[in-house]
Amino acid sequence: MSGRLGFGMRPSENGSPATPTPPGAGEPPPLSAAPPPPAAPLPPDARIDLAAERAASRVDDVLDALDADLVGLAPVKSRIRELAALLLVDRARARFGIGTGRPNLHMCFTGSPGTGKTTVATRLAELLHRLGYVRRGHLVAVTRDDLVGQYVGHTAPKTKEVLKRAMGGVLFIDEAYYLYRAENERDYGQEAIEILLQVMENRRDDLVVVLAGYKDRMDAFFACNPGMSSRIAHHIDFPDYTPPELEAIGHLMLEREGYVLSPDAVPVFRDHLRRRRAQPRFANARSVRNAIERARLRHAARLVAAGGAAGRDDLITLRPEDFAAGPVHSARE
Amino acid sequence: MRITQGTFSYLPDLTDDEIAAQVAYALERGWPCSVEFTDDPHPRNTYWEMWGLPMFDLTDPAGVVHEVNECRRAYPDHYIRLNAYDASHGRQTTALSFIVQRPADEPGFRIDREETRDRQVRVRLHPYALDRPRGARRVSAKEPD
Repeated sequence: MSGRLGFGMRPSENGSPATPTPPGAGEPPPLSAAPPPPAAPLPPDARIDLAAERAASRVDDVLDALDADLVGLAPVKSRIRELAALLLVDRARARFGIGTGRPNLHMCFTGSPGTGKTTVATRLAELLHRLGYVRRGHLVAVTRDDLVGQYVGHTAPKTKEVLKRAMGGVLFIDEAYYLYRAENERDYGQEAIEILLQVMENRRDDLVVVLAGYKDRMDAFFACNPGMSSRIAHHIDFPDYTPPELEAIGHLMLEREGYVLSPDAVPVFRDHLRRRRAQPRFANARSVRNAIERARLRHAARLVAAGGAAGRDDLITLRPEDFAAGPVHSARE
Repeated sequence: MRITQGTFSYLPDLTDDEIAAQVAYALERGWPCSVEFTDDPHPRNTYWEMWGLPMFDLTDPAGVVHEVNECRRAYPDHYIRLNAYDASHGRQTTALSFIVQRPADEPGFRIDREETRDRQVRVRLHPYALDRPRGARRVSAKEPD
């Protein structure tokens, strides 16, 4: 007879009375991603190999990917590395039985559009998951629309539903300052902020909240919501990219999409980025992406208009005229 | 009398961690969970009151366990069950359903026999819990007031 319990049978008397795995349900996965701390703390003279711990948590994969995929952003990267080190040391301390409160991991990312706030948040979620501070490591990105309702009594369930979805991961609130509308004191955003504050304080084990937005408007938002400001420990500012960094980003994007620049197109591309940067509504990496998308369009149109045979090189090479024909170049400086 | 409805009802009551593990199992298979409660334990009482809407798009059991605890706080002496729905067949199918709370005292059932036409006897199951009006069923029916 198989060892499984039949329907309606009680577990045998000799062993565990309450098996956590009931019949017919398969093996439930372990709830927590973190390895359970050993029951007895290590003796005070024990040594922990931090390098081995670090390798075991596979944190470096994420950090290296962060370095490789994102150009520039030196202050952000160093901050994330510090955070990873803190979490690692905290884990080592816990092994000695030194009680540290769970660190406050709520963060605020400020910076211009297109500086990589969402991308870094995704990486952060993965990092925290590997270190065992969030259980799932998924990112739920929301804006005001997802949190704030349209009539009385609509906001609380809506906000709570989003919070439930984000449990075990990272809740990323883009343009968080829209939650608070100073000009309308009956705005429902205030209600969402209050629920958010409560959860940020009480359910720190369950989720990490990241607020993101432009620097000046976030500052105004925090000035109006001191409770929010004090619950966020990490304010990370994303600097604008310098022209060489933008160029490096452009080359990285081109490489990923399987294009190359012809040698004479390189200075044209650089010049294009320089001009675009000086124009209004410049959105850093996003503008670079758009520039490349438009160049691809013109490249395709050029090939089709030329007719005839096209070789592999023709299909992957962007030439100066693909960049120079756009409105960025015709605009007066 | 301990009622046995749904999965695991012959096992000792699940702890919160065990409930969370079951929810994690359901969520991993893409089954949304919902919480329901009632104070009428009749086996044919299929439609229990819903505690909020079914919870879609969750990845972590913490949200579901939170709702279970909220419901427990609001209805400490009701039956509460957790359902998981499998929608992959194109219709809502209950894939998993188990009781996560039962009242401290479960008065049980009695059988009523009713003689009808031609000496036919009908049998009816009567939960003692129903002897009291809705909302006042928390105290055992056997105890004096």
